[in-house]
Amino acid sequence: MSIGQYAKRERTMITGDCRPSIPRFVKLRHDAGRGRWILLAPERVFNPDEIAVSVLQRCDGVHSVSDIAAILADDYQAPADVILKDIIDMLQDLSDKGVLNAGEPTNS
Amino acid sequence: MNEVTPVEQSAVAAVDPSCARAPVGMLCELTHRCPLQCPYCSNPTDLERVATELTTEEWQSVMRQAGELGILQVHLSGGEPTVRKDLEEILEAAVKAGLYTNLITAGVTINRERLMKLAEIGLDHLQLSIQDVDSENADRISAYKGGLAKKIEVSQWTKEAGMALTINAPIHRQNIHNVPRMIEFAIECGAGRIEIAHVQYYAWALLNRGSLMPTRESFMTAAKQVEEAREKYKGIIVIDMVVPDYYAKFPKPCMGGWAKQILNVTPQGRVLPCHAAESITHLTFDNVKDRTLADIWLNGDAFNKYRGTEWMKEPCRTCPRKEIDFGGCRCQAFALTGDATNTDPACSLSPMHDEWAKVAEVESHSTPPDFIYRRVGGAKVTVGGAKEPVPGE
Repeated sequence: MSIGQYAKRERTMITGDCRPSIPRFVKLRHDAGRGRWILLAPERVFNPDEIAVSVLQRCDGVHSVSDIAAILADDYQAPADVILKDIIDMLQDLSDKGVLNAGEPTNS
Repeated sequence: MNEVTPVEQSAVAAVDPSCARAPVGMLCELTHRCPLQCPYCSNPTDLERVATELTTEEWQSVMRQAGELGILQVHLSGGEPTVRKDLEEILEAAVKAGLYTNLITAGVTINRERLMKLAEIGLDHLQLSIQDVDSENADRISAYKGGLAKKIEVSQWTKEAGMALTINAPIHRQNIHNVPRMIEFAIECGAGRIEIAHVQYYAWALLNRGSLMPTRESFMTAAKQVEEAREKYKGIIVIDMVVPDYYAKFPKPCMGGWAKQILNVTPQGRVLPCHAAESITHLTFDNVKDRTLADIWLNGDAFNKYRGTEWMKEPCRTCPRKEIDFGGCRCQAFALTGDATNTDPACSLSPMHDEWAKVAEVESHSTPPDFIYRRVGGAKVTVGGAKEPVPGE
């Protein structure tokens, strides 16, 4: 069998136009026993804070990163451009760690 | 599997103390049977027989109890876990218990249909071992013919099913020259992650240390190659490296601290703080057939023996790193000093450190003896008397 079909060859860059989603093999869960949210991934357990959870819950492949930033800017009464930058940094980090589908906009 | 990935914290939330001491991960050795005979296998040299393995119902109960205890991730391992015909039923219980599921497999005993079935049941992650990227050398190391081609197939089916894929590459003297090619191989397979897992010298690997220990120079070269690859492939593949502690500056925080983050269940149902713990011969281990998992974890003698830092002697007791590396590995301390509460000789503060480090220097520059292959009775073969590889089934 030949390989290469599933090879990722370039780093994905997160922009405001991406519509990110959480892959099938990553689980966002509330851990009742420890009183916190967790993101379960291969050999990793992330502890997202409250704002990160708000972002991850909206990573549904429908909302764009800019949409999410606008919602959070409203919820937290914070400047949208600052929020957008923070969200992009966070999602870029998760994308680099292979635990986020970036949902890049198509060129068409 | 000697390392435990620390919980990554972006913000610390309040924690319910009743659950805070629950382990994050559970390693289940479903069986010690395996068609491969890798000479660095982490199973004990005294392999458990099929007739003594836990039943389907007993493993399912372990999964339910793990979920209730607050365990987050289960690693279904072996031996080769897919030789258990009831793997599907055990996996199903794990999924129902809310556990994140990881199958650690050599991949040579599974077909496409069964893998798709596992995905359908809810398997999250498949960790596929490779012995080398040179097919002939891989066959020789594992004493199994044609394994690599089979693994490539399994990697593609895993991706097709949408599961996470990790390539696990145990590294030693006889394949360390191929580290860059292994990383490229993992990328071609579509793996999101590769473990460059320098062999840890316990059990079978300790028996074969003279055949496996790389020189310091080749280790440094491989470490540099990993660093370069991490930069080059950022955002493409995550590269985790387990360092051989013979060449590390400080001892490893073995298991993230004894009885702190992980537990291990043997094929017979004994519950261990780490998979090598039975090498500490004066410890006794409870069995899931006699006590609940939670009771064993919280109150079992073997778990409490070296939990925390109270058991420590000097130089660990007053060491500023005692909460960082926990004095290294208890099994290694016991094996080499006869006292598990001593500092691991991997630590430069151990009085045995220089002597211990010299072993790696001498052995890695000597002609490697033949492998003592991992098989029932294989450990009894004396060094130098190992036979030719026997092809697997």
